[in-house]
Amino acid sequence: MANNRDEMGSEIKSAKSKMIDRIVFVALSLGAVVMVFPLIYMVLSSFMTKNQILSADFSIIPNPWKFGKYSEVLAKPEFLRGLRNTLIVAAPVLVIGGFTSSLSAFSFSKLKFRGKNGIFLGLLATMMIPFAVVMIPQYVMFTKMGWTNSLLPLIIPGLFGNVSIIFFLRQNLTSVPDSIVEAAKLDGCGYFRMYYSIFLPLMKGALMTQLILWFMGIWNDYLAPTIFIQNEKWFTLQVVIRSFNSYYAVNSDYPLIMAASVLAILPTLLLFFFFQRYIIESLAVSGVKG
Amino acid sequence: MSGGKAVAKKKMNRAEFREHCWGLAFVSPAFIGFLIFMAFPIAFAFFASLTKWNGMNSMTDNFIGLNNYIKLLGDDKFWKVLLNTVIYMIGIPIGMILGLVIAVGMNRKIKGIKFLRTLYYVPVVSSLVAVAILWMWVFNYDYGLLNSIVKMISGQHGPNWLGDEFWVKVSMIIFMVWKGLGSSIILYLSGLQGIPRDYYEAAKIDGASGWNLFRDITVPLVSPVTFYLLITGLIGGFQVFVEVLVMVPSGGLNYSAATVVFYLYEKAFSSNQMGYGSAMAFILAIFIFIVTAINFKGQDKWVKTIE
Repeated sequence: MANNRDEMGSEIKSAKSKMIDRIVFVALSLGAVVMVFPLIYMVLSSFMTKNQILSADFSIIPNPWKFGKYSEVLAKPEFLRGLRNTLIVAAPVLVIGGFTSSLSAFSFSKLKFRGKNGIFLGLLATMMIPFAVVMIPQYVMFTKMGWTNSLLPLIIPGLFGNVSIIFFLRQNLTSVPDSIVEAAKLDGCGYFRMYYSIFLPLMKGALMTQLILWFMGIWNDYLAPTIFIQNEKWFTLQVVIRSFNSYYAVNSDYPLIMAASVLAILPTLLLFFFFQRYIIESLAVSGVKG
Repeated sequence: MSGGKAVAKKKMNRAEFREHCWGLAFVSPAFIGFLIFMAFPIAFAFFASLTKWNGMNSMTDNFIGLNNYIKLLGDDKFWKVLLNTVIYMIGIPIGMILGLVIAVGMNRKIKGIKFLRTLYYVPVVSSLVAVAILWMWVFNYDYGLLNSIVKMISGQHGPNWLGDEFWVKVSMIIFMVWKGLGSSIILYLSGLQGIPRDYYEAAKIDGASGWNLFRDITVPLVSPVTFYLLITGLIGGFQVFVEVLVMVPSGGLNYSAATVVFYLYEKAFSSNQMGYGSAMAFILAIFIFIVTAINFKGQDKWVKTIE
């Protein structure tokens, strides 16, 4: 099919269609420039001086180029602490949450047990409930347990798994024939070993992609940390960036704010560039199957 | 499905029972998490919404029945933030149209087009807080990027984007469309790639123009994607909050930028009206539920599938 299409494409591409291609490409490039221009401007402003940013004559190119803001941001203890806190949250959540999610997905997809459909529907329904409904009770719960003085409100819920990942992996496993389970049973394979040595390797690719997306979600999350974390010591990176914004805007240190924002975007951007094929594929699948 | 039912009816044998136990054990973390962090809080929030609870006092002593809900219906500020939230949803169709048009362009075989696709997607993966801070700066009245460009082109000073009751809404819509466009493009692109090429070839032989192809083949056949974007856009649209909190922390001149969740957050966490906040959260959930249900009911009328 794909081959066929290629052949047709090269045969039929007339002068007119090549012309259209060129126009489309130019139009899309202009659009792309508009899309990334604010981000480019962010990077450039981080190299400007305060005076240049605040001058009446608008300019884009830094003059002179100042590279000091990045080391200034990286030397701030709050920034490093924020980075550390975000990673402290991400590591256990991804490892344990990834394990519990894939284990549930295997069970929902391949094992027979009573109440399966009911439990699954219950989990799915939670995807529709707005966070606003549960944030107040969760906040009170975490306060009562004394967790708001730590990172636990961000870590513990994640350890129990992630519904959208369970859903995605379960879909992913439907293409694996059920007969594998029967064959493994006949060989006397236990259920955990079945998960660990047969199904986990089968979902490895899909699981990795989902974990990358989950990491991006944890990295970019602002709402939960800002509600649940009361102690400045445990602010995650996004909360720190936001407080930089309020703090340094007072003396108009915009280059520093922009440098900090660039650093906050960079890791997810790099992950996206490296893994974009898998990420885009998995997003497209979830959209089409919706 | 039918196998599961048969198991439920008759008594399980040993092997089946073993599988039942392991199956339950494997889903138990997710299920326990669901009970602790979703089911219990939902029930709790519902009870709280019937009280004048401030987070500290006793809930049962301050039981006021449906009074919070009645008060909410007469709360002008609530209607105002609801209207603001709905106005922001103008961004949903704008993002769909732009996304579809760009995706159609990207569906052509042109060298370098994949790289452009990546560029459009960059805002989607960027941290919301960081880009909201960036756009706050872009919208800055005196020195912002946007007003500098307006001045360069027209010679006049641009609007006070975030400081004006009307322009602040325009600003937020621009920001949200910019942030989400990449994902509409990706989804439309995958929808377009599912349309068989012969449909277009056949229509071309019949003499259909480019516009006809777009209107009569492309638009109906990507309708499942449009439906998905509409549902997720509306569910997300009702919950817009962080971008407002970062860009317009005060809620805007006369609360012109505040959304439902923004108001709810202020009520619950700044003025400790947790009962009132919970009632608002439930109204929000009901709105989302109704709108989603209407969409699912109406989908037969316009959502086509490729057979």
